[in-house]
Amino acid sequence: MIGIEHYVIVSSILFVLGVLGIFLNRKNVIVILMAIELILLAVNLNFVAFSAFLHDLVGQVFAMFVLTVAAGEAAIGLAILVIYFRRRGSIAVDDVNHMKG
Amino acid sequence: MIQALAFYLFAALVLLSGVFTITAKNPVHSVLWLILAFFNAAGLMILVGAEFIAMLLVIVYVGAVAVLFLFVVMMLDIDFATLRAGFMKNFPLGIAIALVLAAELVLGIGAERAGALKLGVPDAATAPLAGVSNTEAIGALLYTRYLFVFEASGMILLVAMIGAIVLTHRQRSGVRGQNIPRQIARRPEEATVNQSPEVGAGVKL
Repeated sequence: MIGIEHYVIVSSILFVLGVLGIFLNRKNVIVILMAIELILLAVNLNFVAFSAFLHDLVGQVFAMFVLTVAAGEAAIGLAILVIYFRRRGSIAVDDVNHMKG
Repeated sequence: MIQALAFYLFAALVLLSGVFTITAKNPVHSVLWLILAFFNAAGLMILVGAEFIAMLLVIVYVGAVAVLFLFVVMMLDIDFATLRAGFMKNFPLGIAIALVLAAELVLGIGAERAGALKLGVPDAATAPLAGVSNTEAIGALLYTRYLFVFEASGMILLVAMIGAIVLTHRQRSGVRGQNIPRQIARRPEEATVNQSPEVGAGVKL
């Protein structure tokens, strides 16, 4: 029977995949943002699984707030990306330190 | 039986599409794999009876966030080949860190199984209501006990929206737009003149 351990293991692997994605695509901000979405998805999966198996709805309510913050973060991140691209013509993160001043 | 089968199907697909999300050559493919991962995660959530969050995941992530990603990826004209330059160089370090992290997480799960950690007891006041749907139970909790937190999350979305608009809005120069206050403030006296010229003298404009 499927227990909480199965869900925790799946979300752990998904979380590690997200962290790995940040390391592998160090230059590409778009994929880094997607990797952050993967991490948040893993966290949400964990919240919902614990909420369901412990019979406590707070986990699902909190997962909703995580979803809200993830949506806001994606919107702001992509907006910053668009103005950065407009200014420099590329989205390589290595050049971001030119923006200081 | 069928539940276990569905779990393994969804879990395998979510992990597989996670792998392809971070390794795909083309970011458009990455977004599409990400959408598949969201759908399968929603399936996993439905399996434990959290259908409201699952539907929210599909609507918010696939309907809004993933489409936003797709829009930005396609709108910006980016040379993705140069951005992939460090991929193989970072691979060993990334894998090493991922393995360490995974080992730590598995260790944590093992410690919990062995009884070393106390996770706390669930709050009886927030248990799912008997005999009502998941959506109704969440609503009953969200609009009473977590009302102010809910309002605050709405405020976060408002700030994010205004922030995104302020960041990306630009005043273009050389564009002849409509100046509405100027139009409203215009009076007949400044637009027309009443003259009675003499014959043959003409009118000075």
